[in-house]
Amino acid sequence: MNSFEYFRPASVSEAVAAAAQPGAAYLAAGTNLLDLMKGGISRPSRLVDVTRLAGLERIEHLADGGIRIGALVRNADLAHDPEFAKSCPAIAEALLSGASAQLRNAATVGGNLLQRTRCGYFYDTASACNKRQPGTGCDARHGENRLHAVLGWSEACIATHPSDFCVPLVALDAVVEIEGRAGRREIALEDLHRLPGDTPERESALEPGDLIVAVRLPAEARSFSAHARYLKVRERTSFAFAIVSAAAGLRIERGKIREARLALGGVAAKPWRARAAEQILTGARADAAAFRRAAEAALADAKPSGDNLFKIELARRIVMRALTLAAAGTPRRIAALPASPFVSTPGALHDA
Amino acid sequence: MSFSIGLTVNGVRRNVALEDPRVTLLDLLRERLDLTGTKKGCDRGQCGACTVIVDGRRINSCLALAISHDGADVRTIEGVARGDQLHPVQTAFVAHDGLQCGFCTPGQIMSAIGLIDEGQAGDDPERVREGMSGNLCRCGAYAGITEAVLDAQKRLAEANQRRSA
Repeated sequence: MNSFEYFRPASVSEAVAAAAQPGAAYLAAGTNLLDLMKGGISRPSRLVDVTRLAGLERIEHLADGGIRIGALVRNADLAHDPEFAKSCPAIAEALLSGASAQLRNAATVGGNLLQRTRCGYFYDTASACNKRQPGTGCDARHGENRLHAVLGWSEACIATHPSDFCVPLVALDAVVEIEGRAGRREIALEDLHRLPGDTPERESALEPGDLIVAVRLPAEARSFSAHARYLKVRERTSFAFAIVSAAAGLRIERGKIREARLALGGVAAKPWRARAAEQILTGARADAAAFRRAAEAALADAKPSGDNLFKIELARRIVMRALTLAAAGTPRRIAALPASPFVSTPGALHDA
Repeated sequence: MSFSIGLTVNGVRRNVALEDPRVTLLDLLRERLDLTGTKKGCDRGQCGACTVIVDGRRINSCLALAISHDGADVRTIEGVARGDQLHPVQTAFVAHDGLQCGFCTPGQIMSAIGLIDEGQAGDDPERVREGMSGNLCRCGAYAGITEAVLDAQKRLAEANQRRSA
């Protein structure tokens, strides 16, 4: 780990001023950042520790029906907040399907949004990586790439964004509140992460010093609570990143879908909102034929970036399964293995 | 630049001078406080051998900067037994062969204590396995670990009931 200056600001404005300096990075729990620093992938010269900033640890249920989640709320606390989990069950399920209990106890909401890709070439400083070191090339492009992107990738970068949490958030129109040098502003979560293009090193819409202070869900997010699921296929049953995942939310009236929300994870450099699929579902009967058409639309632009053609068909099937399970109704209790497509009965052995 | 931080470790207030902010909570416990029960396995948050309880929550101490935890209350494996009397989770690990080589065991036990306190798993083995998935055991003692956690949880609940009766 490189040496760095440690600074603990007393206020948000002090934090922003300190983090706007070149080489500075924010430190929250550090569950991703310290890992990156130990590997020499991130080498910040100054860490601005935001963990003591007041007022960023609250979950607020707003008068207009929206929910405001402070950036320092721990992933586990949000997932286990009874009112939040009832209002946004797919988000709770996504959170509980991510990482391990120890990491969820530490990792923050803001940090989850800004976690870096898990591409092995990004993590290996001996490999070429345009994201880590612009202009050096991409060893993933012709390397071990069966888990890489199938949507929105470029020749410069085929990495995926690893967050589970972001997938239902983007489906439910989450907004990110940012404090920056020019004051407070907000952007849609959908616009926070960037696709790689020719500049994969620019991962988000954040400017130097920008601090995520909260994530807000509009009141409509609650309207999907009766028919909401998050599903995630991974290479082991627990404590693994998604190969592909899908968040589905439906508003169903007399067998017809009034409104649909759908997003995919593990397929692109950002959580992938599937708006064309949502349009197909709106007004349709909640049945397998509609779900199949939606899945086709969601992956219509997909193309393999390497040995990952299988992910496209897998994503279609996960979309169909997520929609089918959402239509059947949100389970009263999150399954023993959250988001697993292989478990239907809580308490059953996954391989029985 | 040097820093002085204060931690309560297993109920005892400890002040530590840090010459460098890079020290993790894990290294502070092992190298500065000689509490070597907490293990360094992967040092990258993947194996759980470094699990300790900080302010009531189980976390990976290898991914926590010590300086950021100034003032925290830390519980390690050295602080769970009362003299020669093992903690019920320790007793259960012995009774159910929840270990072989023992390297991961301090982390397993701290994680199990955290899991039981969190109260999310109930008596469902599947939920216990999921809740313990952040602790790897290369000897593969998982079956015994799951039984130990379930047994300890039952005994702790019974003891609590007796106490409140």
